[in-house]
Amino acid sequence: MENLAQIAMQDVNFGAIMPSLVLVCFGMALLLVTVFSPRGKTTHVAYLSILALVVTGIVSLATWTPAGSLVGNWQEGFGGSVRLDNFATFFNIVFLIAAGLTILMSDDYLKREEYPIGEYYPLILFTTAGAMWMASGTDLMTIFLGLEVLSISLYVLAGFFRRQERSNEAGLKYFLLGAFSTGFLLYGIALIYGVTGTTKVALIGEILANNPSLLTNTMTLAGMGLMSIGFLFKIAAAPFHMWTPDVYQGAPTPITAFMSAGPKAAAFAAFLRVFVIGLAGLQDQWTSLLWILAVLTMIVGNVVAIYQTNLKRMLAYSSIAHAGYALVGMVAANAIGLSGILFYMLAYTFMNLGAFAILVLAGKKGEDNLTLDGFAGFGFKRPFLGVAMSIFLLSLMGIPPTAGFTAKFYIFAGAVEAGYIWLAIIGVLNSAVSLYYYLRVMVYMYFRDPAEDYGWVKMHAGAVLSIVVAIIGVFYLGIIPGAVMEFAKLAIF
Amino acid sequence: MSPTVYHYLTLSAILFSMGTIGVLTRRNAIVIFMCIELMLNAVNLSFIALSRHLGNLDGQIFVFFVMAVAAAEAAVGLALMITFFRNRESIEVDDINLLKW
Repeated sequence: MENLAQIAMQDVNFGAIMPSLVLVCFGMALLLVTVFSPRGKTTHVAYLSILALVVTGIVSLATWTPAGSLVGNWQEGFGGSVRLDNFATFFNIVFLIAAGLTILMSDDYLKREEYPIGEYYPLILFTTAGAMWMASGTDLMTIFLGLEVLSISLYVLAGFFRRQERSNEAGLKYFLLGAFSTGFLLYGIALIYGVTGTTKVALIGEILANNPSLLTNTMTLAGMGLMSIGFLFKIAAAPFHMWTPDVYQGAPTPITAFMSAGPKAAAFAAFLRVFVIGLAGLQDQWTSLLWILAVLTMIVGNVVAIYQTNLKRMLAYSSIAHAGYALVGMVAANAIGLSGILFYMLAYTFMNLGAFAILVLAGKKGEDNLTLDGFAGFGFKRPFLGVAMSIFLLSLMGIPPTAGFTAKFYIFAGAVEAGYIWLAIIGVLNSAVSLYYYLRVMVYMYFRDPAEDYGWVKMHAGAVLSIVVAIIGVFYLGIIPGAVMEFAKLAIF
Repeated sequence: MSPTVYHYLTLSAILFSMGTIGVLTRRNAIVIFMCIELMLNAVNLSFIALSRHLGNLDGQIFVFFVMAVAAAEAAVGLALMITFFRNRESIEVDDINLLKW
């Protein structure tokens, strides 16, 4: 019996999963708190989940290895299946910021939509924990488990308004297509396992490097293709983006905001680790694949966004386009490009969550007024929200001195340095196209006569706080990006 | 002739394709979900065959995880379908039509 316990505890290092462990423990405790709370009272659960995120943030930072330090602070555990290195820590902070801003804007929103259900917050915490496993997983098994923890919680959150048909549809669509794409990811993993005999990412890389004959094997190539379908689906790259607009429009607005930042960054983290380390030998193949898909994603996202009148749906297409920009960094796959992706994810979290926070405040119950016409004259009637929305839109366009500009600058600089000049040019042209639909929102806000007085817009403290934090983030990353970019450079492999 | 790993892999590929075609052609959400389960089980078959062929246990352990996750997914998925059915009195995907570009 003692021996069994020894075998079971071998190589276990709880330090390697500490952030997600803290988060999951808080999540389960909060589920109990919810059960014993009076019906309809959820504010305290929101506060406690913010506390959980702060504690997790402090725990996460303990594993950060600063520049020039001789001893790495990274933690490895579970037989090398989890590795909490700088890469994982950087992404963990991004997830925590995304979850924090989401929770801040949620409380009054849930009350307005008459779904004050406390389970909402633990589910966000579980999603974040799943995202952390994806970022720190060094075994395809861990990455798969993280992906599923994240996805299953998100299916529930997307269909959270259970008496609202739109939300039902979003949940069901997300579930069916998400499970479908998981099948492809798994089949890819099985084939790669069959070729290399292991599911450890680093070991796969080594085995493929030592046996070049495996690289031309059909099974390896098919495995790579199928795995990339699974990941591309999660980051909503064309042609696997079909679910995005529907799910983003139907899901509760804070959840849409969260989905476009947290889970997308998690999918990028896992995608990067598996492809850059595990499938480094196949870089020529996946670079040419992603080159085409990056261009396609940018074009589809930007062009279709022009035709949208619903702002949630427009931002969904814009998030597809932004995934395309980030893919450009992955095609470049050099130091600037890869750290550019990390920077981009952080910048995108601030600007997109800020924009969605304004939609959260501006909506009436049922949110049928979140259209272009519904924003006519909004900027004059609600000056603070109008200016904030303009800042986020300018950042999404990539206008200096905002985070969007520096993020795009790093990505495209990486592409140029790696010799993908055409890709950078296409990216810049796409940004120019995107000006049209972002500016149109500002035109409606400032150059149309207000049809309403927007009296229903209440400045709730939580949502306003998240807007202010997002504005600070957008300007900090836009004006003094150096420090964060140094962190991002330390974080890549 | 006893079956080799290639036979199992071929069978698994056939099952996976059947599942994929089913997802793309069927109209009932529950049948689509069954096709997805078929895809996952085809993958499980691959894992087990490869695990035996390679002589290491990673593949079989993976299968346990896949089964556990599929069970959790089924719980959430069927719950979503029930809420959908309550509002729409139908579970056909052609009725999932409120959201369109």
